Amino acid sequence: MSVAKLRIYRGDAEGGQEVEYEVPVDEGMVVLDAIHFVQANYDGDLAVRWNCKAAKCGSCSAEINGMPKLTCKTRLDSLPLDKPVTVYPLKTFPIMKDLVTDVSWNYEVRKKIPPFKYAEDTDWKMQQVDVERSQEFRKCIECFLCQDVCHVLRNHNKKNEFFGPRMMIKIAELEMHPLDIEDRKEMLREAAGVGYCNITKCCTDVCPEEIHITDNAIIPLKERVADTYFDPLQWILNKVKGN
Amino acid sequence: MANGSAQNSITLRNDTWWVLPLITAIVLATFGAYSTWRAFSNVDFLVQPYLSPFYSPYILASWWPFSPALLILWAPLGFRATCYYYRKAYYRSFFLAPAACAVQPMAKEGNYDGETKFPFIIQNIHRYFFYAAGVVLFFLWVDAFHALWFEDGFGIGVGTIVLFVNVFLLSMYSMSCHSFRHLIGGRLDVFSKCPTRFRLWEKVSGWNENHALWAWLSLFSVALADLYIFLLAKGVITDLRII
Ligand code: SF4
Ligand code: SF4
Ligand code: FES
Ligand code: FES
Repeated sequence: MSVAKLRIYRGDAEGGQEVEYEVPVDEGMVVLDAIHFVQANYDGDLAVRWNCKAAKCGSCSAEINGMPKLTCKTRLDSLPLDKPVTVYPLKTFPIMKDLVTDVSWNYEVRKKIPPFKYAEDTDWKMQQVDVERSQEFRKCIECFLCQDVCHVLRNHNKKNEFFGPRMMIKIAELEMHPLDIEDRKEMLREAAGVGYCNITKCCTDVCPEEIHITDNAIIPLKERVADTYFDPLQWILNKVKGN
Repeated sequence: MANGSAQNSITLRNDTWWVLPLITAIVLATFGAYSTWRAFSNVDFLVQPYLSPFYSPYILASWWPFSPALLILWAPLGFRATCYYYRKAYYRSFFLAPAACAVQPMAKEGNYDGETKFPFIIQNIHRYFFYAAGVVLFFLWVDAFHALWFEDGFGIGVGTIVLFVNVFLLSMYSMSCHSFRHLIGGRLDVFSKCPTRFRLWEKVSGWNENHALWAWLSLFSVALADLYIFLLAKGVITDLRII
């Protein structure tokens, strides 16, 4: 049986360091299993957040060899085990202890998004073709890997200016809803800061649900903002149509 | 930032994340240098019945003292420069914003405006370049058909095929454009009321999934088509008549 070396970050808001552990590799083992092995055999106080171990609850996010990933979905045999595997907490959010970070900022931002709004006389029958597009966005498990990897938040700390990719798909879900009558374009351009995204697609690259965050949500939202604020032709067309 | 740890280094990634942006930078710079040289040269672009795509439509303007290519190329150049895919490519490879995911960007923390301010706010008018490039594309189709008529009547040469392949790839690039996808149907919330636009949107969405591929293939084809005609004009190669 081969052995993997794990360098896990141990520390809290005051500081910390990498600690190396040796873990025997079993077939099909994921990084979260290795962390559990460390907890069971070396350091019982190693903090890690997890719930489902099925890539569905979104709580086990960490940075494995520098890349934001779900620890329960990352198999050890997908990593080069000739070198130590580093496991760090999400960089974008404040550390609480070891691999656990405080992601509450995301829930605060989410509250700023105006909820679904419907017309008084709404006919609640909907066609599948009309809701299909939004359904992709509802796959989100709120693991916040996309928020973590996004350089606008991660490296430029624009948490007051940019809501981040997870919130963009939430806004897209509502904006594209066939029965929603709220207009979020001004908010998108101002408070949500869609213009900060430079579509470099890292959010899409890390999403464990394989949601096409950039192509299907952010770019269409940028185009909708362009309709309203940057396209005189559309503006005239809308006036003529009386929208 | 958050964790005061090794995550503050450029990256903890240990894969070859720098290869792709490096190759992208080299290819884009080579294309830029080649096309600038050819656009300014104003010679060796017409070998009957073939016209270089850099000089199409063929403009004979006595009032214009420079290369006629300069009257045309702003459209396809602007189209590519504001293209959502190329934005990703050059933001990553030239601006290192960021070069790869979870890698420290070049700009200092907070020193980043994305596409919210001049000059990058101009990216929002991408659709207007789409219209302009569409006009040029029309002339490229005319040229391709023109390449079927030799001095002795109808025929097909290698150059004819080169021009047809090029204009096909350029058309796929245009028709897989994100702005086109939006304008053709993406801006609607209720597809079921506009079945034709829905079908068109579905078609364009399919092409759009490979937009990056069309972007690269058409970039190479346009340069190679020009190179073919340049070499013909220089007498380095001779055109093979198939029919
Ligand atoms: S594509 Fe936009 S939202 Fe996604 S990671 Fe890049 S900058 Fe952030
Ligand atoms: S969009 Fe994807 S990466 Fe982002 S929080 Fe949802 S599931 Fe996670
Ligand atoms: S433990 Fe639930 S997603 Fe990993
Ligand atoms: S998005 Fe690439 S050409 Fe429009």
